[in-house]
Amino acid sequence: MSDDLKILEDVANSEYKWGFVSNFESDNAPKGLNEDIVRFISAKKNEPEWLLEYRLKAFRHWQTMTEPAWPNVDYPKVDFQDIIYYSAPKSKVQLDSLDDLDPEIKATFDKLGISLEEQKRLANVAVDAVIDSVSVKTTFREALLEKGIIFSSFSEAVHEHPELIKKYLGSVVPYTDNFYAALNAAVFSDGSFCYIPKGVRCPMELSTYFRINSAGTGQFERTLIIAEEGAYVSYLEGCTAPMRDENQLHAAVVEIVSHAEAQVKYSTVQNWYPGDKNGKGGIFNFVTKRGICLGYKSKISWTQVETGSAITWKYPSVILKGDNSVGEFYSVAVTNNMQQADTGTKMIHIGKNTSSTIISKGISGGRSHNSYRGLVKINKSADNARNFSQCDSLLLGDQCGAHTFPYLEVSNKSAKVEHEATTSKVGEDQIFYCNQRGISTEDAVGLIVNGYCKEVFNKLPMEFAVEAQKLLAISLEGSVG
Amino acid sequence: MLTIKDLKASVEEKQILNGLNFEVKPGEVHAIMGPNGSGKSTLASVLAGREEYEVTEGEVMFNGEDLLEMSPEDRARAGVFLAFQYPVEIPGVSNANFLKTAVNEVRKSKGLEALDSKQFLKIMQEKMKLVEMDKAMTQRSVNEGFSGGEKKRNEIFQMAMLEPSLAILDETDSGLDIDALRIVANGVNALRDGQRSFIVITHYQRLLDYIVPDFVHVLYKGRIVKSGTKDLALELEEKGYDWIKEEVDATLNA
Amino acid sequence: MSTLQETKITILNSAVFENWVNASPRVDVFATITKDAAQAFLLQGIPTTKHEEWKYTNVTRLAQTAFQVSKSNATLTTSGVTNEKVTADAILIVIENGIINKAASNIDALPQGIQIGSIHDLKDNTAIQKHFLQHADYKSEPFVALNTATFLDAVCILADANVEFNTPIHLMIVNTSNEANVYIPVRVFVAAEKNASIHVVETFSSKGNNTTAFVNAVSEVVVADNAKVNYVKLQGESENTTHINYHRVAMARDSYQHLTTLSLGGGLIRNNLNIRLGDINGTAYLNGLTLARNTQLVDHHTVVDHAMPHCYSNELYKNLIDDKAQGVFNGKIFVRKDAQKTNAFQSNKNLLLSNDATMNAKPQLEIFADDVKCSHGATTGQLDDEALFYLRARGIGEEAARALLNHAFAADVLEGIAHEGIKKNMLDFVNHKLN
Repeated sequence: MSDDLKILEDVANSEYKWGFVSNFESDNAPKGLNEDIVRFISAKKNEPEWLLEYRLKAFRHWQTMTEPAWPNVDYPKVDFQDIIYYSAPKSKVQLDSLDDLDPEIKATFDKLGISLEEQKRLANVAVDAVIDSVSVKTTFREALLEKGIIFSSFSEAVHEHPELIKKYLGSVVPYTDNFYAALNAAVFSDGSFCYIPKGVRCPMELSTYFRINSAGTGQFERTLIIAEEGAYVSYLEGCTAPMRDENQLHAAVVEIVSHAEAQVKYSTVQNWYPGDKNGKGGIFNFVTKRGICLGYKSKISWTQVETGSAITWKYPSVILKGDNSVGEFYSVAVTNNMQQADTGTKMIHIGKNTSSTIISKGISGGRSHNSYRGLVKINKSADNARNFSQCDSLLLGDQCGAHTFPYLEVSNKSAKVEHEATTSKVGEDQIFYCNQRGISTEDAVGLIVNGYCKEVFNKLPMEFAVEAQKLLAISLEGSVG
Repeated sequence: MLTIKDLKASVEEKQILNGLNFEVKPGEVHAIMGPNGSGKSTLASVLAGREEYEVTEGEVMFNGEDLLEMSPEDRARAGVFLAFQYPVEIPGVSNANFLKTAVNEVRKSKGLEALDSKQFLKIMQEKMKLVEMDKAMTQRSVNEGFSGGEKKRNEIFQMAMLEPSLAILDETDSGLDIDALRIVANGVNALRDGQRSFIVITHYQRLLDYIVPDFVHVLYKGRIVKSGTKDLALELEEKGYDWIKEEVDATLNA
Repeated sequence: MSTLQETKITILNSAVFENWVNASPRVDVFATITKDAAQAFLLQGIPTTKHEEWKYTNVTRLAQTAFQVSKSNATLTTSGVTNEKVTADAILIVIENGIINKAASNIDALPQGIQIGSIHDLKDNTAIQKHFLQHADYKSEPFVALNTATFLDAVCILADANVEFNTPIHLMIVNTSNEANVYIPVRVFVAAEKNASIHVVETFSSKGNNTTAFVNAVSEVVVADNAKVNYVKLQGESENTTHINYHRVAMARDSYQHLTTLSLGGGLIRNNLNIRLGDINGTAYLNGLTLARNTQLVDHHTVVDHAMPHCYSNELYKNLIDDKAQGVFNGKIFVRKDAQKTNAFQSNKNLLLSNDATMNAKPQLEIFADDVKCSHGATTGQLDDEALFYLRARGIGEEAARALLNHAFAADVLEGIAHEGIKKNMLDFVNHKLN
């Protein structure tokens, strides 16, 4: 190991900046999972019978399933009976304005650096905040409603727009899809709902912040986004969790429906607590995200910056059903210390002239493992389908691992599928060049890594890109060994 | 400013510098010439602190401080600038961002306030003229996809931005056509202010027509074996190195 | 051996299999391993498509067929096979229905330092004692287990230290039986000692009217310090043959291996290549070409295992898939923790020539060392329309233009074959299949 790199090792691992615990009271369900808990959650939310039925069906199906073992991650078995499946901040009631927000919750958001007040002042981001399991505040609802845009918590949408929920819930990710999707369908407690009517361009970024707060709880939010013909929306998602010694489970489902000529851009900055340096604690992030391009020229674009979680299992996907539809996936996944990530995407080409782009940048440091797993499937019907994938891995030490598992399945001869992958380390000559211009090794690594991720950061909305860069710098501290 | 005493250095256990002595005073321009493999680039690398090069003996004092004890970035902050023979590409990092980081690091070490974007941009625009850089080049990733000439111009541009007290030009002229050579040399000459010193390492005399040195030294077998004025460079151009090699080898064998 | 060939057995039925393995005349010194392998096979069974490594290739019907070892007598003669030698001067070993046919082979007058023969004759050789059955992993590869438990004979090729032998050594593996459901285990062992250099060619073909055949071949190649092994494998059996091939190369310091696999025939071909760069400064090339038609399925699984620093590997696989054929490429580059300064490259290019053709590719990198340069690229598409148009615009008919482009696409896989005579012969096979 060079002296340059040793300097970095000496840099103390900065504490997880978002690891505070907020002290507002929670209203918890008892630990464990059975039909009664499912009924309890449904009753708590005063849900209609059809939704309870949906949950129960999902729960019964889940009981027949086993946890997937194929991801390239290794973690202690989750005891699904040792989790609290519902936890709501107790003081939560319908809030009419931000001033009514529990001061503790408000302080929480201030600590997160996403002051709702400021967001409001900036007036270009509408925020829905989900703490533990329930949505606590959605801003800008009225302003959006004037354009016919619905942006609310999932629970509210169940009551106010049951026809839309009935039509689309589980239409992209059915509860039979996988183990965690089934679990989520049974116990999801809240999430965001977003509907953009025909021809409407959503005038601001819509944003949801997720936070797990209570100990021993799991978070199972559900997001549903529907863009009608010709609509456009850019949706942001951010997540944090307090530092705790135990592992907490996060099993979310996101469904996106993009109709003809509609565009949905979904950006995530994921910063769940990754556990400490020795791998103690941290979030298990088992998430199913999928969108469907239903019509002609529909487009769905996923951008993700993943720096948190002890274990990540996540493949934001696009089903390209409509002719000429477009799917995109831009990802930066950083793992450090003992983190493990198995993430990537699936692009399923069904329609003619469909195209997809995959840009994945994995960065591994410490003793972490970072896997890209992606599927490009060109069905027989997908004439002239196009895919380009580029998956690069950067290694920042000799204790970590980088893995690339692309699956390319082509059943149409007019398709063109191209995949490229590289693995390399930060060049010592690059670091020396920076040093010679007066830049310290630490800053040089930050600079080089940010440059390496630029193609993905460019896809993020401005404020998010800045946040992502900072996150990256923090996550990488002490990574070069 | 710079005093090198009995410097011995090796790379991969092969000794390249064999007791080199050399002194540079403020405002002087020294040209170092020599046949291939004589240790010219090793000298540049050792002065900049490249870690593959191991100094086995000798000392290098820079403004009263032990240069060899300093990290590469501290040397840079103290005012030593190396124009690389092979400038490194850093994908995704714009030239402007790179330089802003560097300039502000150097300023910080001197206890100066960091420049904000506006101030930085203003200075950058001034210095760009020196090497006839166009604006697009500052937005491109550091050296990525630059032609050989563009890379070398970029080195001089960075030098202008960082305002070092000692600049070492390692074969900055190699691979340049005459126009690029003129641009690079003009940039360097504009930065000669009577205080700033230069060590110009080159294989070809023609650069010295543009950057006129105060002293010319010949490096051979890891030592300076002959020193003179710019006329020595002309003599070398005309006669090659063989006569010097013979002289030295004769002395060594004697 | 004859008693075995006369024994009618269903290889894949577990109870019968066990009895048969226990009763078989084995090479005594290896009996412990072969019995252990039999157990390993019974434990693993025939893999299903749920097994990640067999996701795209369904071999479960092997378990439903009552395969039997051939009881046909050897029929091939020297004069009958002489035209099929890879080069006129090649050393020829004929393996007919799994057994060496010494009469048809020409291994009687070998040069100093080269030994070729049956395991039955060479079992006391030190290299064989040390390496034979030691490299092909039967614990996790069911078909290696089956082969190790059931091989009837094994061809051994031994090159002594410092022997540079430039004459091709041709293993002609032929199925001449006319029986139904014949099972043919083939076992090959190659050892090149320090500084030795050899050229080996395996060709697989069928001559009989057998309805269904199952060829299960395992080759172990040991390349000692600074030795060089050039290897070519040509698979050209009939379309009712299922061919499962496992090729393992164990490489020592400064060694070199070049392997070209040409999958031209067969109904279902599954190749498992496992190249282990077990010491510093090894160089490995793996080239592969598939020309698949009708309902053929050709599956290439390759593993390049970089275990030590300063090694280089380069892999090029091309697949031309026509009609309703399917191609699979699954290439893994594994760089272990100690394998710093590894350079590993992999390229997979596929052409689909028909709308019913399918290509599944899974190029993988698994990297555990940081100072490495690794990359892979995979493309699947059809012939470049522009190139096709260009040729047609110069007066070349569409069919001829396509053939020309297909040929150009395929030919560069053969470029790496070092021996000119072998290359020419292989090119003839490729041309024949393409035209």
